[in-house]
Amino acid sequence: MKSVAEIDREIVEDFELFDQWPDRYHYIIELGQKLDPMPPEYKVDQNKVKGCQSSVWIFPERKGERLFFHCDSDSVFVKGEIALLMKLLQNRTPDEILNAPIHFIEEIGLQKHIAPTRANGLVAIIKQVKYYALALSAKND
Amino acid sequence: MEKELFIPSDQLGFDPAVLRNDFPILTQEVNQRPLIYLDNAATSQKPKQVIDAISQYYKTYNANVHRGVHFLSQEASAAFEDVRVKVKNFINAQSEQEIIYTSGTTASINLIAKSFAQTFLKEGDEILISEMEHHSNIVPWQMICEQFNTRLKVIPILDSGELNMEKFKESIHEKTKLISICYVSNSLGTVNAAEKIIDLAHQNNIPVLLDGAQAVCHQRIDVQQLDVDFFAFSGHKMMAGTGIGVLYGKKKWLSEMKPIEGGGEMIKNVSFTETTYNDLPFKFEAGTPNIEGVISLGAAIDYWNSINRSAVEQYEDYLLNYMRNQLSSIDGVRLIGTASKVSGVASFIVEGVNHLDLGMYLDTFGIAVRTGHHCTEPVMDRFNIPGTLRASILFYNTKEEIDQFISATKQGIKLLR
Repeated sequence: MKSVAEIDREIVEDFELFDQWPDRYHYIIELGQKLDPMPPEYKVDQNKVKGCQSSVWIFPERKGERLFFHCDSDSVFVKGEIALLMKLLQNRTPDEILNAPIHFIEEIGLQKHIAPTRANGLVAIIKQVKYYALALSAKND
Repeated sequence: MEKELFIPSDQLGFDPAVLRNDFPILTQEVNQRPLIYLDNAATSQKPKQVIDAISQYYKTYNANVHRGVHFLSQEASAAFEDVRVKVKNFINAQSEQEIIYTSGTTASINLIAKSFAQTFLKEGDEILISEMEHHSNIVPWQMICEQFNTRLKVIPILDSGELNMEKFKESIHEKTKLISICYVSNSLGTVNAAEKIIDLAHQNNIPVLLDGAQAVCHQRIDVQQLDVDFFAFSGHKMMAGTGIGVLYGKKKWLSEMKPIEGGGEMIKNVSFTETTYNDLPFKFEAGTPNIEGVISLGAAIDYWNSINRSAVEQYEDYLLNYMRNQLSSIDGVRLIGTASKVSGVASFIVEGVNHLDLGMYLDTFGIAVRTGHHCTEPVMDRFNIPGTLRASILFYNTKEEIDQFISATKQGIKLLR
């Protein structure tokens, strides 16, 4: 399995293939549309991420020492962002998640093109994922 | 049917393409596409005449106003006061003493809220607003109510986005001290029956403040004909710079009302035992004003006066009607705000499509629209929606732009649904 840092680098390289923002937008939409569906029983209010302008649900499933996240959003674009994030953080140990270097968001120009409220939403999603990792790592201790 | 909705270009009375040439920003490309600017309700673009006037001010007569005997200060002061006369004529006020420069509509409403409360309100009094107000016509009143133990009453709106006039009549009683309402709703486009509202209010001796932010750029304003007591608007939505706005108030009110900010310019004499305030309008204008903004406002008014406004208004009506009809014919699109009289905006949602996703999609085509709650969260709550897409026009927009916007919207829906 590749390291988080390697995948972070790969995402940046993938996006370098697209010169223009519209192409990047379409790529993110495509990823969003391919995101695995979330089982409906997990799509409940208590799994909603606070601080997002769109509705976002995240449910962490524990698989041994690793975490598997089920995610969904009413925004295809946000699902695309989640798909990118999950390339890094899906099926990882809490330590890997907590120490994950996440540089792609800045490097692919997301911040420049999404509204500040949306950028805050992405930060809230990352926080939530790290929070789940922290909770599991505390349990393991 | 679509064609009938639109005026043939030889019957327009003016050429949008010619006026459009006055707006340098509109010639640029965004995301490798010609910019299509449909966010005019947020702010209008500026003609070169306004941009040049600002530049000319800094190049040739920048000085502080009302303070110096020197040449530049006199020139700046004269220009500053000339604009006040222009504003007076623009809205047909009785006197330039009724024209107070502010930083914008928000500041104008805050000024009235604070000054009116300090001068006239007592515990238990009521202020009446509507459910369709912008946050800037809600929050200042909430703050006043907290401070002065007064109450804020809200007139509900109908499903069409029109004011519920029955409830409005019922809401008025002897405790009602001021009615503050928008002329045109920024998120629904509803044009309120201002004259009727003012008439009803005056029958009960209640003054009315009209938030004219969305009205001034789409229709001519005559405050005397409206008989409105206070009228607030922003320069930047009518082609002037940002940070300049106007508060019109009838002299009979303003002369009684207390200033809310102290400082230079607003005083007659200052001593440590007694300070006397300046005359109108200066008592409400403490500190060095936004001179550049005022100059830009004057240039914007000159521009408005140079164009055929009745033709422009007619053109905008047709353009908006065309856009709204085109939008509502798209499968899954629902217009939010379907009042019988609308102005400037088409606010809509699309079933199964996130409005932010679609707004971003349109941006990839160089099309600028607004997404979100438009600072009217109670309106969004009323319709039980998180937000809308809002496309808003001004006379420099063309039918071709609307067609491209509609076509991109259809493609976006197809992709995102």
